[in-house]
Amino acid sequence: MTYLPGIAFQILQSVFVVLAAPVLVGWVNQCRAWLQNRSAPSILLPYYTLAKLFHKDAVIAQNASPLFRITPYVLFGCMWLAAGIVPVLATDLPFAPAADIIALVGVFALARVFSALAAMDIGTSFGGLGARREMLIGFLAEPAMLMTLFTAAFISGSTQLTTIVETLAHREFAIYPSLAFAAVAFLMVLLAENARIPIDNPTTHLELTMIHEATILEYSARHLALIEWATAIKLFAYMTIGIALFLPWGIAEAGDWAALPLAFTVLAVKLLFAGAGLALIETLLAKLRLFLAPEFLSTAFLLAVLGMLTHFLIRG
Amino acid sequence: MSQTLSSQIVNLLAAFLLLLAFAMLSQRRILTLIRLFAWQGVALALSTLTVAHFTGQTHLYYSAALTVLLKVIMIPWVLHRLIDRLHVRWDVETLINIPATMLIGIGLAIFAFALAAPISQMASALTRSTLGIALASVLLAFLMMIVRRKAVPQVIGFLAMENGLFFAATSATYGMPLVVELGVALDVLVGTFIFGIFFFHIREQFDSLDIRHMEKLKED
Amino acid sequence: MTASDFIPSPLAGSLLAAVSWLAISVLALIPAGNAFIARRLAFPIGALVGLALAMFGLQAIWLSPNQLILPLGLPDLPFHLRVDPLAGFFLLLLGSVSAGISVYAAGYFRTETAPRLTLIGLQYHVFLASMAFVILADDAYLFMVAWETMALSSYFLVTTDHGLPAIRNAGFLYLLIAHLGAIAILLCFGVMNGGHGDYTFNALRAAHLQPLWATVAFLLAFFGFGAKAGMIPLHAWLPEAHPAAPSPVSALMSGIMLKTAIYGMVRVIYDLIGGVRWEWGMLVLIIGAGTTLFGVLYALMQHDLKRLLAYHSVENIGIILLGLGMSMVFYGFGHPAAASLGLIAALYHTFNHAVFKGLLFLGAGSILHSTGLRDLNDMGGLIRRMPKTAFYFLIGALAISALPPLNGFVSEWLTFQTALQAPVLQHGVVRSLVPLFAAMLALAGALTAMCFVKVYGIAFLGQPRKAEHLSRSPAVGHDIDAGEMERFGMAWLAASCFVLGLFPTSFLLMLNRICAYLTGRGLSEQALESSWLWLVPTSSEQASYSPIIFLVVIVAVTLLTFLLVRHFYHGRVRFSDPWDCGFPDQTPRMQDTADAFGQPIRHVFGPIYLMERHMPEPDDPAPRFSLKIEDRHWYWFYLPIARFAEYVSSKIALLQQGRISIYLLYSFFTLIALLVFVR
Repeated sequence: MTYLPGIAFQILQSVFVVLAAPVLVGWVNQCRAWLQNRSAPSILLPYYTLAKLFHKDAVIAQNASPLFRITPYVLFGCMWLAAGIVPVLATDLPFAPAADIIALVGVFALARVFSALAAMDIGTSFGGLGARREMLIGFLAEPAMLMTLFTAAFISGSTQLTTIVETLAHREFAIYPSLAFAAVAFLMVLLAENARIPIDNPTTHLELTMIHEATILEYSARHLALIEWATAIKLFAYMTIGIALFLPWGIAEAGDWAALPLAFTVLAVKLLFAGAGLALIETLLAKLRLFLAPEFLSTAFLLAVLGMLTHFLIRG
Repeated sequence: MSQTLSSQIVNLLAAFLLLLAFAMLSQRRILTLIRLFAWQGVALALSTLTVAHFTGQTHLYYSAALTVLLKVIMIPWVLHRLIDRLHVRWDVETLINIPATMLIGIGLAIFAFALAAPISQMASALTRSTLGIALASVLLAFLMMIVRRKAVPQVIGFLAMENGLFFAATSATYGMPLVVELGVALDVLVGTFIFGIFFFHIREQFDSLDIRHMEKLKED
Repeated sequence: MTASDFIPSPLAGSLLAAVSWLAISVLALIPAGNAFIARRLAFPIGALVGLALAMFGLQAIWLSPNQLILPLGLPDLPFHLRVDPLAGFFLLLLGSVSAGISVYAAGYFRTETAPRLTLIGLQYHVFLASMAFVILADDAYLFMVAWETMALSSYFLVTTDHGLPAIRNAGFLYLLIAHLGAIAILLCFGVMNGGHGDYTFNALRAAHLQPLWATVAFLLAFFGFGAKAGMIPLHAWLPEAHPAAPSPVSALMSGIMLKTAIYGMVRVIYDLIGGVRWEWGMLVLIIGAGTTLFGVLYALMQHDLKRLLAYHSVENIGIILLGLGMSMVFYGFGHPAAASLGLIAALYHTFNHAVFKGLLFLGAGSILHSTGLRDLNDMGGLIRRMPKTAFYFLIGALAISALPPLNGFVSEWLTFQTALQAPVLQHGVVRSLVPLFAAMLALAGALTAMCFVKVYGIAFLGQPRKAEHLSRSPAVGHDIDAGEMERFGMAWLAASCFVLGLFPTSFLLMLNRICAYLTGRGLSEQALESSWLWLVPTSSEQASYSPIIFLVVIVAVTLLTFLLVRHFYHGRVRFSDPWDCGFPDQTPRMQDTADAFGQPIRHVFGPIYLMERHMPEPDDPAPRFSLKIEDRHWYWFYLPIARFAEYVSSKIALLQQGRISIYLLYSFFTLIALLVFVR
């Protein structure tokens, strides 16, 4: 029975992340509009978009298979699981030990595989193009992310995200050069995996320049709504993973309910700056040619490996 | 293993130096290379300042000032003027592709650390692990010199090597005598000017700064 | 007299099972009634025997070792048999995986002609029995007899279609490399023997070798067994032989035969040689990493489905070697807990690979059987015509891509956890290199996922790339999905994927017993006390994983979302044409082909492949594209050795003068020499 508060908190955190994710996307879009000297849409626009999509009739190609129709739900489920593992507000998550950082990368990989398979399902050239490019980005981004997380794991001696956060947040303040490398690599992976400039333009409508968008060309209505929502949750999850690894101060300890309001405020401030930073990066950089993307990502991978090595070599 | 603040700052700057060395390996544009070299100079100066502050050796302050003057201001300015007058193109080709270069770079870094491990046991606690990084920067700069095709990045690689040696000196032995430093600095400055003169000659002779043209000079 | 008196001991039971297989093989030769025995009875009964063997193997893991001496074999070296936990584990693997494959084969071979069927029945069951004897063997002689029988029977199975010259060449290459490996293993036994003359494993275990001879024995064993396992540079037979064989045989070879090589490695290196050194571990790690990356990169370039799966077998053997190498490194430096974890990860992956690779080959066999297609470039849209095969193949593809919550993820997770134990090592360079190998494993895992998205997407999804699907059944629109027996075999293996993935703690405890037996120490106490829900290899603060919770959460959220959306909104669907971007003449040929999907990898990893590419010109009236990718090992390794062997034999051929008087002269000189020197 002592588990009940923890389980209730876990469910509440998952629901919070799922409901708050579109706001983050709205905030990033607002910042980008301001930087580009345009007037911004409402920060709640993603919610209106989702509601609009849910109301519509789903239009599906005639030769769609059951895999195509299941995928949006599976993607949403995977992202929900990811949202439940990351210590966003506190480290008291009874289900967090069910999946550690390696399983987290595995969840994202599962989502990517299903998304690519659904893209190939209809049998148009755009689907194949999207699937091929999505896996091209994925095959380098996934190891880079894993190596970044391993660096944090080596420093804290554990692969549980909650333990990593507790160790990094509550140790005496120390500068870890390996985490600096890992942070740069993580930023590059975040940009790649969430289909941001410089890898992919999330607002493009030219099919030949799409990477992530090309995999969801055939989806409409509630399926598209679920996929868009899952994408927003993925961005939120990545940002909170980055905050948990590199800026973990303010996350409440296990069982410390009084620290929750502070944790919430600190999280909001961090995400404010993170979203603005993302918009700034997107505005300053230009989209890379497609075959420079593997170079970008292999640099991220090698930086992450270097970070891991630096941990061993500098600590003596 | 808690380290003092000073050694942590020096470690951080050392890691920054290594990051810059790798960044120079992976960069294509010459302008960015010059900027990265300037940042290396900043990192060096900051680390010299830190060592000076925490060990109280005043001649290191002058050393840091010299570094800033020379490596952050003068040499990048000279290089900028050089590439302006040579109308050097921005994208630089390499002999082997960039991911492969970075892989070799990682191998060199491991090798440098393995080499420096027994020596750093004897160094003081303040700067134990930085010798390995310094050696790694030297080797990486050397690698950069080998894989580039144009002459200007090769010069930058040579200067980056000197950066690495300087860092090794300040980290392991708290700097060289000021006289030696002044002499080395003068050598580097003169060397840069001479390189510049050579570039003009090469350009006149071959109409390009691609070093493969110089292979025609060998006896057949 | 209770019921348990009738159940034989594990050793007797396993021997009985192996002999039953031999009996079935002989009975299958009877051609009466259109080869009734071979067609209807042999394979299903063989499957049941396999199940029994699996149960005896499972029992043997938990009991203490047991020995038996049969009055067969050489006069002073009768057959010694033995089961201990390691042998029990591999018997479990052999029995359970072969049961599923035999059920599949019962359906697959039903339509064969009688003469071929009797021969296949014979060779198949001799193959199974010889693998059982390899695992049961407790002396070098029986081991080599069983090993050679395994090679021979599989050679005959591979060359079932020996009318085709390509298959004959593949068989020859296979037999050649198998024998080279066997010679190395034989020499290894000789070195380990140390001149005592007693070749039983007990004697070999007890013999103390000097470090130099131990290293020589290790190298011989590693390369000898590695040739059979398919590690580079001795892998060339794998991509030729596995596609040439019929699909159930490919599944057996990839799934089980490669694992007997791993069994041999673990048995010889950990048990018989003992005293594992960390330098050996580094060699295993380096070759394992090379094998992994080579296998997956070449697999991405294949468009023949079975060849692609064969290259993936190479890759997975590399992953097993990575786990084994890490284990040896930790063992050499004196960290038995981490070494046990590495060995557990390697053995777990052995079982996992047997299961999902078997499943994938069986799926490929069903496709071949139903549509006659083997080239990915001709397939497409099979999920509509073969839905059940598509479902099982999807499970196999997700498992091999190491996606949670299936079994491939568990063994990769354990391998990563082993690599994360690196900080305990004292040696600075080794300590920084072990995580590098983890990085290579991560890269290989991601590339595997890409490859199987390609395979599944091109074969099953999309639209058919070839206008007519060649079907063996006469009526168009007839369900061409796999037959009942075939589906049952695939379902058995797919269910095993789930069991291995969802209940890892039981297998961890099982494997820990093996490690404790081999190295004397297993995992930490806390790891062993964890409940069936959580997988905890070291301590719960350090790492834990619960696949059941994982699966439950994803399934629950998926269902909940589905119901909520239906409740609050609606579930209306309209069907229409796919998005064509304003270009109405879309044909199925506009989809990606297998080569097209691999193009980004060719671009990124270009220099690794030996590529011959012909691109069409823009103003070419008859544009053609051709791509040929060759294995560099032929030019660096095999052809030079072949040329050297030819050179040496051409020099020795000078001895063959052709004249009888010269030959008589040779005999004369030999006689004189013997009389002089051996009095």
